[in-house]
Amino acid sequence: MPESFLELQNVKTHFPVEKGIFIRKQVATVKAVDGVSLILRKGEIVGLVGESGCGKSTLGRTILQLIPPTEGAVVLEGRNLSGLSKDELRNARADFQMIFQDPYATLNPRMTVYDTLAEAISSHKKISSAEMPNRVSALMTKVGLSPRFIKKYPHEFSGGQRQRIAIARALAVEPKLIIADEPVSALDVSIQAQIINLLGKLSREMDLTLIFISHDLSVVKHISDRIAVMYLGRIVELGPATQVFERPLHPYTKALVSAVPVPDPEREARRKRMILQGDPPSPTKIPGGCPFHPRCPFVDPPRCTTIVPVFEALDNPEQQATCLRIKEIH
Amino acid sequence: MEYWNAPYFITPSLHHSVPDPMPPLLQVENLHTSFHTRHGIVRAVHDVSFSLEKGETLGIVGESGSGKSVTCYSLLRLIPEPPGRIEKGKALFDGVDLLSCSKNQLRSIRGKRVSMIFQDPMTSLNPFLKIEDQLIEPLLIHENLSRDEAVKRGVKALQDVGVPGAEERIKAYPHEFSGGMRQRVMIAMALITKPDLLIADEPTTALDVTVQAQILELIKKMQKEIGMAVILISHDLGVVSGFCDRVNVMYAGRVVESANIADLFARTQHPYTRALQKSIPALQPKGAELYTIPGMPPDVSKPIRGCPFVPRCEFAQPKCENPVELLEVEPNHGSACLRVQQKELDLTSEDLR
Repeated sequence: MPESFLELQNVKTHFPVEKGIFIRKQVATVKAVDGVSLILRKGEIVGLVGESGCGKSTLGRTILQLIPPTEGAVVLEGRNLSGLSKDELRNARADFQMIFQDPYATLNPRMTVYDTLAEAISSHKKISSAEMPNRVSALMTKVGLSPRFIKKYPHEFSGGQRQRIAIARALAVEPKLIIADEPVSALDVSIQAQIINLLGKLSREMDLTLIFISHDLSVVKHISDRIAVMYLGRIVELGPATQVFERPLHPYTKALVSAVPVPDPEREARRKRMILQGDPPSPTKIPGGCPFHPRCPFVDPPRCTTIVPVFEALDNPEQQATCLRIKEIH
Repeated sequence: MEYWNAPYFITPSLHHSVPDPMPPLLQVENLHTSFHTRHGIVRAVHDVSFSLEKGETLGIVGESGSGKSVTCYSLLRLIPEPPGRIEKGKALFDGVDLLSCSKNQLRSIRGKRVSMIFQDPMTSLNPFLKIEDQLIEPLLIHENLSRDEAVKRGVKALQDVGVPGAEERIKAYPHEFSGGMRQRVMIAMALITKPDLLIADEPTTALDVTVQAQILELIKKMQKEIGMAVILISHDLGVVSGFCDRVNVMYAGRVVESANIADLFARTQHPYTRALQKSIPALQPKGAELYTIPGMPPDVSKPIRGCPFVPRCEFAQPKCENPVELLEVEPNHGSACLRVQQKELDLTSEDLR
């Protein structure tokens, strides 16, 4: 195994569902993340995909300790983040940052670009006020914004430029790990391309480890080295991006890939579609056995409905999926 | 009431000296829609013309603010007036001009012969009313059915769109449905009067890919059953390419390219369409630098004289500042690029791809 940079050890994040006004009783548990183990190498880009409600955002937030995990550990460079005290965690946060989906909501409308970025820089480092404008300008140049915008407010920028400011803010503390939660979903196609290029470039230049959360498979495939597919709080398939896309192992990944519309009428017409029936079940009632069995076209009861599948590879040990029938359906 | 000169009194054959074998179902001519705001006149739709045959599927693609939704809202006069104003244009639907006909006549068409589904199924259903009441409303208004009969049709409609347990579910409230199921309810509601034209405004944008595939498949199936025409508004070239016969690409309130879906991709005739294709990750080799369109879409509240794409176009020349309209550059393929029209620029040649 290559040296691990970030390790998730059986991470679970559960939320209680309570009822009652005065006497609150727990009536159910939302198992948003339900046992995720994953090892990331330094400098790689891992794409996290899945339908809404599959727990991909919660996993991202759990890694950053914005939501403490219910069980399991998040280990960054040998240090267990879940065991840190509040102060220690605050210091450790210089190493990992987050970029959010909506660049309109994440920037303070009353702060200029300078204020926003200077605050981020000074929160983890002492910089003299004479030096600060240089730092901020350098940061803006890095994300492709002209430093002459330094005194402008967020509303004076377009969506793409705002997302650049948000990226600059994340880079301000020189992090080693960035989690980008749907960073391009709110942007138009032509702007999307700019942000994807920028993130790819930054990750290469700064040796950043990037977790790229998105529901858009074609974007994830383009930018990621590896892809992790989530379903109902678990990773069901993990492997090199191109392989997961071209020869998915798990039936769910197959359905996901075949559901992505291809902007090419010729290929689109030739393609065989596998359309899933129904919606994903509620994370309060995760089906027993393989969680995908109620929607799976390859389901083979009683095996699939009783045995919880573990990761298994077909030929390439790098690509693994949690499906009992992996060898039979390929 | 001015029923004596109402358009339905004039049969199409009287209208044309040479009888047209198949008049199009919808013909939009020179539509201009603008919004008169405090910050000036926003020309959201500028000189848009297109036609749609019976049973045809037309896609309208463009980025946000390109006027694709306003075009369709204008057709049904759903633009809030003021500040919106349909400045000029015609939209002949089966011989009736939707833009100038009386309110009563419009009401008899809207929701009966032309239906619409919207992007967000959460906000387009009334949370206070049971699905039943909302679903059968078009039948009570347009078909004078009794409530019992209408409910029967409603249950059937829900079954058709694949809502399991329709008989009980019809009594439920919108919040008891998932996003995909709500969009199915919206579709059932739009199709319950068997319209001739369905306008779908980003019907799957709020949904997951797996559910998106289900919904698109459903619209296609219903289209085959009813034989209706569909206008699909989308920002996603992928969705459009699997679904539509023809596509209009819109930019800054104008149609810049109009073609059959295969030609749009294989024989692109406008620099904007080409730039869009080059910036989509799905069409590019993995990890390659994506093409980015420099600059930003123009501010349509300022008058645009020539081609609106000039400031961002890599092929622009000084003459591109002159007014340009959508002209046929190949059979059935329109482009609003002056240089393509004058055969100076061949975007289909290999060295440009």
